[in-house]
Amino acid sequence: MTALTLLFDVLIPVIKIAAVILFPMVMVIVLIWMERRVVAFIQGRLGPNRVGFQGLLQPIADATKLFFKEDIIPREADRLLFNLSPVLVMISSLLAFAFVPLGGPFDVMGYTIDPWIARSPVGLLLVLGLSAIGVFGIIFGGWASNSKYPLMGALRSVVQVLSYEIPLGLTVLTVVFFSRSMDLVAIVNNQKDAKVWFGFLLPFSFLIFWISGIAETNRAPFDLPEAESELVAGYHTEYSGMKFAFFYIAEYAHMVLVSSLVVLLFFGGWLPPFPNVRALAFLGVLPGFVWYLIKIMFFLYLYIWIRGTLPRYRFDALIKLVWKWLVPLALLNFVIVAVAWYLL
Amino acid sequence: MAFKEIELNMGPQHPSTHGVLRLKLRVDNEVVTSVEPVIGYLHRGMEKLWESQTYAQIVPMTDRLDYLAALSNNLGYVLAVEKLMGLEVPKRAQYIRVALVELQRLASHLAWVGFMANDIGAMSVLLYAFEDREAVLDIFEAYCGARLTVHGIRIGGVPFDLDETVAGMIRRVLDETPKKLADIEKLLNDNRIWLHRTRGVGVISAVDAVDLGLTGPALRATGVPWDIRRDLPYSSYEDFEFDVPVRTGGDVYDRYLVRLEEIRQSLRIVRQALDRLPPGPHLAKVPRLLKVPPGEVFHTIEAPKGELGFYIRANGTERPERVKMKSPSFINLQSLERMSKGYLFSDVVGILGSLDIVLGEIDK
Repeated sequence: MTALTLLFDVLIPVIKIAAVILFPMVMVIVLIWMERRVVAFIQGRLGPNRVGFQGLLQPIADATKLFFKEDIIPREADRLLFNLSPVLVMISSLLAFAFVPLGGPFDVMGYTIDPWIARSPVGLLLVLGLSAIGVFGIIFGGWASNSKYPLMGALRSVVQVLSYEIPLGLTVLTVVFFSRSMDLVAIVNNQKDAKVWFGFLLPFSFLIFWISGIAETNRAPFDLPEAESELVAGYHTEYSGMKFAFFYIAEYAHMVLVSSLVVLLFFGGWLPPFPNVRALAFLGVLPGFVWYLIKIMFFLYLYIWIRGTLPRYRFDALIKLVWKWLVPLALLNFVIVAVAWYLL
Repeated sequence: MAFKEIELNMGPQHPSTHGVLRLKLRVDNEVVTSVEPVIGYLHRGMEKLWESQTYAQIVPMTDRLDYLAALSNNLGYVLAVEKLMGLEVPKRAQYIRVALVELQRLASHLAWVGFMANDIGAMSVLLYAFEDREAVLDIFEAYCGARLTVHGIRIGGVPFDLDETVAGMIRRVLDETPKKLADIEKLLNDNRIWLHRTRGVGVISAVDAVDLGLTGPALRATGVPWDIRRDLPYSSYEDFEFDVPVRTGGDVYDRYLVRLEEIRQSLRIVRQALDRLPPGPHLAKVPRLLKVPPGEVFHTIEAPKGELGFYIRANGTERPERVKMKSPSFINLQSLERMSKGYLFSDVVGILGSLDIVLGEIDK
């Protein structure tokens, strides 16, 4: 065993682990900044532009402030669960990134590097499962606060997240039909071989997945669990300081995760666009990771755009939407895709 | 899931109770069974205080009642005093008053649309509406130097004549506002979520509305065509052409549409007032220290939020013996429970927003 291979065998996993933790964190920082700036521009304001270049360091300044804030635990709170829930929420969204590939394999000095920590034949299932664990953090947090507003927020959140998991799962299945695999890397490679992204083959799957994804992450117009005009701050009303920041960061990390999944499942992951058009072959010059980032950024922008435009759903309409529209449509979509797949 | 009915305190520190209102809600599975508004957190004892002030000193204090429509409060009080004194106000002053008060209605309704949309979650509308409102406040600033608590109307007329710069600014607002209003309407009017949150929510019948004394746009949204500007004209309102928008649904959506249409009518009135501004003085000859002859008077005007009335009892000195104010927000708030019962907890926020209350006026 030469020194070089040893270096690669030890160093590369360490770097990868660091990258996989850093990737969502950096994305969260950029996203928080982007959200505030984009919403500001939509509303004809400037948004934060003082700290760092164009206010890019504002999220870090905010986090620093939160770090030094007093950590208040309500007297009547269940201390164990109260402290545990931000951790749970955070772990669930960060852990899922371990199974999210950040790009295709590439070579460095004759050594092939896979930019993911773990590749599993059921990677997609694991990501969905891990991100769903976050709902425990929300319900524990709402319950342990021992206060009415957080409790109502938590109840809403659980009902909402669990309901929207169903159309989410049903649409994911249609992708699995085509890719014949639940391995995220294989799904992207399949789109490369098919020379068409699944989003164009399965537009309804994509739409239902995206709507459910917004609801899963509790974002506008489905941000009922934390509807500030009714529930003050929803399930994290009683949290302060870094614990509050954990909820906040986890929510944004979750957004990044859902956007990554949309890109991986429906829009070719790190593949450059228009692979069939020879005149646009130069697009392949950019490394896959850059294309991946551009696509994720596009969907994150969509999140923010929607938030700047739409009013909030009321709870009964939200549940009606999922059970009366999205679930039947997702089922129908599933059956049609299955039949089409069988006939082809 | 079966829950016991829980009591929920909304406010006085809550993002959407518009100040320091506290609502004691009883909620059964998110369905509201009773609403009890608890007021008084902003009580400053205005009415008692006025008994120790001269008539002219009271005018700026009325700015602080409904601070989103200071000029309307000024006008309501000043008209009551003038009625008691039998004072004839110059025609030019009356027209300038009408222009100012209608601009104030514009500003107040715009702020309302913004807050209301924000309560329902459409956060961008708030800033669009405030952009337009800002232009109106700029006019007030150019006219008399203040933006919010303007003190822009005096006993006997108005403090300043309407010069060309201010008139030009007003005309610019008259031209710009309809476009911006169309933007807001495009964003909300046909939005399915907005319709779902407002249509058929917080319904109150015309009979109930009259019984509870509901006034202003909220009353007109139930189908009662009562507008004091038209039905009991004051300050030369009879000279102007305008429609009184009336809708019959009595829900949050109709209150929203009535107010938007009122903005358009206000623009019409302001344009007429500018075009037909008669020559003459802008302030009647009024002694520095007013002595109002003994007697009592009650006079109401159509403020942006509804019927605003002032009752004054004078005893012949320079200070009133008693002033009582009939504030539209206070009256309108009492119909909140009738409107919210049976609807969801989330709707209370929208219904409360649709009433357009200002705590400065409720608590006085």
